[in-house]
Amino acid sequence: MPDVRVVNLTKKFGDIVALDNVNLTVHDKEYFSLLGPSGCGKTTLLRLIAGLIEPDSGEIYIGDKRVDNVPPEDREIGFVFQTFALFPHMTVWENVNYGPKVKNFDEKESETIVHEVLELVKLHERLSAYPNELSGGMMQRIAVARALAAGAKILLLDEPLGQLDAKVRNEIRYEMRKMAKDLNLTAIHVTHDQSEAMSISDRIAVMKKGKIVQVGTPQELYMKPNSLFVANFIGESNFLEGSVAEANNGSLVIELRGGAKVHAFGKGLAKDERAIVVIRPEVLTVEKPSYQGKNMLRGVVEKISFEGTFIRYVIRLESEDVVIVIKPSLTERWFDIGDSITLSFESEKVHVFAYPEAGLMEEISV
Amino acid sequence: MRKRVNRRKINDALNALSSKKTPKYITYLAAILIFLALILLPPILGIFTKFDTIQQIFNQPALMNRALIAIANSFIIALLVSAFDVIAGVPMAWLITRGKSRWLSILDTLADIPFIVPTAALGYSLLLFWNGPEGISALFGGSLISPGWLLIALLHFTFSFPIVVRVMVGALLDYKMEFERASRTLGASPFTAVRTVTMPILRPSLIASYILAFARSLSETGATFIVAGLLENGPVFLQNIKNELAVSNPSLYEGATVFTSLVLIVVSLAIFAFIRIFGSRLRLPIKGFWPSFERKLSYKKAEASRNSITLIVFFLIVLIPSLFVALPAFEALFNPTLSEAFSGSGIWSVYWQSLVVSYALAGIVTLLSFVIGLPMALMIARKRFGRLTSTTFDILVNVPLIVPSIALGVSLKFFWQSFAFVPEFLLLVFAHLAITYPYFVRSMTAAFERISLDMEEAARTLGAKPFDVFRTIMLPLTKYSILSGAIIVFTRSVSETGATLAVVTTLQTAPVVIVNWVKQVVPATPSDIGLGCGILIVLSLAILLTLRFVTRGKGRY
Ligand SMILES: Nc1ncnc2c1ncn2[C@@H]1O[C@H](COP(=O)(O)OP(=O)(O)OP(=O)(O)O)[C@@H](O)[C@H]1O
Ligand SMILES: [Mg+2]
Repeated sequence: MPDVRVVNLTKKFGDIVALDNVNLTVHDKEYFSLLGPSGCGKTTLLRLIAGLIEPDSGEIYIGDKRVDNVPPEDREIGFVFQTFALFPHMTVWENVNYGPKVKNFDEKESETIVHEVLELVKLHERLSAYPNELSGGMMQRIAVARALAAGAKILLLDEPLGQLDAKVRNEIRYEMRKMAKDLNLTAIHVTHDQSEAMSISDRIAVMKKGKIVQVGTPQELYMKPNSLFVANFIGESNFLEGSVAEANNGSLVIELRGGAKVHAFGKGLAKDERAIVVIRPEVLTVEKPSYQGKNMLRGVVEKISFEGTFIRYVIRLESEDVVIVIKPSLTERWFDIGDSITLSFESEKVHVFAYPEAGLMEEISV
Repeated sequence: MRKRVNRRKINDALNALSSKKTPKYITYLAAILIFLALILLPPILGIFTKFDTIQQIFNQPALMNRALIAIANSFIIALLVSAFDVIAGVPMAWLITRGKSRWLSILDTLADIPFIVPTAALGYSLLLFWNGPEGISALFGGSLISPGWLLIALLHFTFSFPIVVRVMVGALLDYKMEFERASRTLGASPFTAVRTVTMPILRPSLIASYILAFARSLSETGATFIVAGLLENGPVFLQNIKNELAVSNPSLYEGATVFTSLVLIVVSLAIFAFIRIFGSRLRLPIKGFWPSFERKLSYKKAEASRNSITLIVFFLIVLIPSLFVALPAFEALFNPTLSEAFSGSGIWSVYWQSLVVSYALAGIVTLLSFVIGLPMALMIARKRFGRLTSTTFDILVNVPLIVPSIALGVSLKFFWQSFAFVPEFLLLVFAHLAITYPYFVRSMTAAFERISLDMEEAARTLGAKPFDVFRTIMLPLTKYSILSGAIIVFTRSVSETGATLAVVTTLQTAPVVIVNWVKQVVPATPSDIGLGCGILIVLSLAILLTLRFVTRGKGRY
């Protein structure tokens, strides 16, 4: 029932364009994340959907209903603030019961609801505690419970885990997803932590400077980033500069800086155009210097760090470019610092993008 | 049950209204218009309706000279005394907030007393203490300090001291200790840390407390009149020429009044603007570092002697003189004065009437401040009409604070006179409203700003209509500020003498009666005066204690 749809949404604060012509659909019962660096407009988008601020232009739909002119209290959304915004002068019970009360629910009915949601978040023992007597994790759960008790069908979560320490954060994020799924809610979860977004979302929208860059499942974003920005922001990537030596129907030969030629696939690139090859660290294999293959990059092991399950190599190529390689530590043979090696990769697993006009650093900077 | 249904209906109606844009903006606009028409403009513009009479005083060099000297006295006293207040008040605030003894909360309450005691009673009390034969003078044979310069200075120090302490206690409580601790971990001694880190961060509060003390000193009339002797400052001069000239030479009286009021208003606005602009650029001497010297100052011994000096100053110069009037009041309980007073015979019938006038006035003014001040405070705090409008009104609201109250009264009277006949009591209400409104709006603005916007928005997303948000979130979270704002307004109104004297001819408020008794305009015995002051003080203390009682549970959030 409640899809959330925004169309051509724009919001400015003075000269700052916080949201620039954004289009997005979040499906019913989906766990959706808005992911992007600080200041990219995630909170602004969420607050627009909630009705806490008004757009300069564009449309917002919840279900089939256009809600631009509906005040926040009538949008049937629940908003969980980064600061939780629990009312300090009310007990846990009063906080959770606040929605039913201001919405004039029947008293018996609201009592049942409050009990249910408190049970759901496992906090029914702390009914008469005041917010300042609770831990961060508890406050977070009360904030969610409060939104649920008010009858929210859509949960809007603005960095709901941002104030929690890492361990609690990791536990709660799965709980959040499970709860949303169990209750058949639509959830929009704002975060700047890509691992958080990747691990709990059905789909993710990656944002940059007021725009949505790519929308997709976590796998899609990882396997098929549509831009250098996404390739860099999600997961780790090596960027190698070069120019197109041959272009044949999407099949490319790129001459990298330093002269090495590699094969890859990519559309919309013409011969002699400047390009960037994006290679994930685990796509590279480390071979002996004598290795011969289709894609070869020669270099020297400069640094090794052992990370338990994985081993991480820093390799300096002949072109002076530095690349990172990550390999399973038990199933692969080890190389030592100073060893000459050859890196190779499969052409299907790398991505090629045109060299950005603004420069590589500018393009991937957050 | 029926009542409950009704309330629900009213609530629903208000909710429905608050959800629409128009009624919301009409409320804010009304608050702004009332502020401009009733509070800001009359006390400033009124003076110009009589601008032509100013010629009169230019033909009278002697009177002119007297006026200028009086004005100069006002500013010199205000500037100096406020400086001493800050110097003495900051260590006191420090002791209250940082000390570890549990007696400090009592000290905290005691520090408010001179503020809550109506200034006329305070003036008489000081007069007795420093000058009267029962007071400290007894130790020295003959009066220690006679009315005049020094006594005025002491008086002003006494009643503005609590203001500085209050502001600085608030600031110190809000201040994040991490800054100071960081400085300590970097190797600074406690004193160095405070001087180089804490004080610069607290500078806005230091400036604010200085300005408030300064404005209070400029405005105070009743008590100053009592202790002034032959010396004249602005307010005393205005009151004296009223007695001397109002009947015999009304046009010269008007001219002199307009001139003096105008100069007082203009100069204080200028000084205020100067402090506002340059105060923030003022550098405390933080460049130099004298670690070893300051390390010594930080030693336990130095700290103990600093605290002792602070306490001695407080008890000897502020608290005991303020309450010294209790002595004759106590005596009065055992002589016929008490029964005379309660039978309302002789001068006492006027006294009781004036009490009724004073408290009724204060009550009405408090209520009005609340009604028209709250939307204004909300508008400023939440920037309802944009940042610029907020800032502008934030400044404008404070203007009546820095206009000396007697000049404000004069101007206000001229203003309303030039339009229409306004009953004297209403004129009094307007004058007191103009003087007290800024205090209320200030404290409410600060209180609203402390509530994070998230709270309001959370309530909205949970289904609350705007009026519900106000009723269930904003009001409960600010109720202590509302209460303390109301108490400030109330006590300030009860104390106010200058503006009252300026606007009334027949009505008398309690402080006016006390001044008349002390000045023997109406013959009264020391016992009478003592008891009259005592009753005022007891009533005021009752109010203060009520406040303390009601705000007890404050610690929770
Ligand atoms: N009320 C406001 N007034 C002025 N500018 C604002 C306001 N709210 C947001 N902005 C600006 O809009 C831009 C987007 O802000 P937003 O809060 O949406 O970012 P965000 O993606 O949530 O960042 P973060 O991860 O830091 O929370 C920023 O440049 C911010 O400074
Ligand atoms: Mg944000």
